[in-house]
Amino acid sequence: MTTTTTAPADKLWGGGKSPFNVEYGKLMMWYFLMSDAFTFGAFLISYGTIRFSSVGWPDPNKVFKSYPFAAEHANAPLVFVSIMTFILIVSSVTMVMAVQAGHQMRKKAVVTNLILTIIGGIAFLSCQAWEWHHLFTEGAWWGRNPFPNADGSIASTNFTNYFFTITGFHGFHVFSGVIINIVMLIMTLTNQFEKRGHYLMIEKAGLYWHFVDLVWVFVFTCFYLI
Amino acid sequence: MDHTTNAHADHAAEARKEIWKVTGILTVLTIIELALGFYMMNVPLDEFSKRNFIKGTIVILMLAKAFYIIAYFMHMKHEVKNLIMTTAVPLTLFIWFIIAFLYEGNSYKNLRNTYDGHFRDRKEIKAPVKEEHEAVKEIKAVEPKPAAE
Repeated sequence: MTTTTTAPADKLWGGGKSPFNVEYGKLMMWYFLMSDAFTFGAFLISYGTIRFSSVGWPDPNKVFKSYPFAAEHANAPLVFVSIMTFILIVSSVTMVMAVQAGHQMRKKAVVTNLILTIIGGIAFLSCQAWEWHHLFTEGAWWGRNPFPNADGSIASTNFTNYFFTITGFHGFHVFSGVIINIVMLIMTLTNQFEKRGHYLMIEKAGLYWHFVDLVWVFVFTCFYLI
Repeated sequence: MDHTTNAHADHAAEARKEIWKVTGILTVLTIIELALGFYMMNVPLDEFSKRNFIKGTIVILMLAKAFYIIAYFMHMKHEVKNLIMTTAVPLTLFIWFIIAFLYEGNSYKNLRNTYDGHFRDRKEIKAPVKEEHEAVKEIKAVEPKPAAE
């Protein structure tokens, strides 16, 4: 594989090949992800700035404490969101397996793992849809915040505005990731990669999917834990 | 590119082992984060230093998780140094962004607390009902006629 052979540094810049030792598409995917990291970073830093400039902030453990099919007064903070986190980690693992199988040209394993990844992505989106719906029925939305600050004082709408904007933007990334994975699955099933002789395209889709998981690590920490 | 050599099979087995190891690490780090989160629920709000210490630990664990995802799942560790540098160096700007903006936010809060009486008094106004569900009901009852305020 081009990615695993490391040529001496002086030869990399000798011309005739990519000094980054990857194909063009993968390099550009890395640059795209870097720019996307700045977008998410700007969102999260803006959230942090506003939170630091506020005298009070709602306690996440009092806001996110329910789960599907729970009683109305259920008090289970962190439980549902940890399930969502693990769903995303597991789907990331199956994506790595799909990329690995692609390296070895094992079409069947690629298909299985891609399907598992897509299921994981859809499961995560369903969880998020449930949570948004639940918060909406509690009265939270952009511009509306029924949750008081942790110290009991009246909160501004910053909390809900940031929550829905950032998790919404992340959810949109998960959604496009699922679409990309479905396209990859169709391309695998129609033998497009077999004809090309390599599965490098899956690797790029995988990079995007891992990035989505990576962003969730930050969103999860910033909104639910601290 | 040939995919039939023995070296390749060995490499695949090694890569597989690495995936499971990283999965294990990510799971353990997440569980520690959650445990800290559960522990923090019982720490009183006015114990700032203790709460901030736990929050700091959670942020460090978060960065460790990010490292493992980028280095192993995204294969960054096995890339050429040039590629690592072209993506990592621009991202170091974040160090400045985070310090500058959080400092700015904190300073804005302190200035308003000093000079803006309205802002300072806001934190003394308690929410109507402490129980969220009750508060929701109240908001829902008020909502159709916001002009009444």
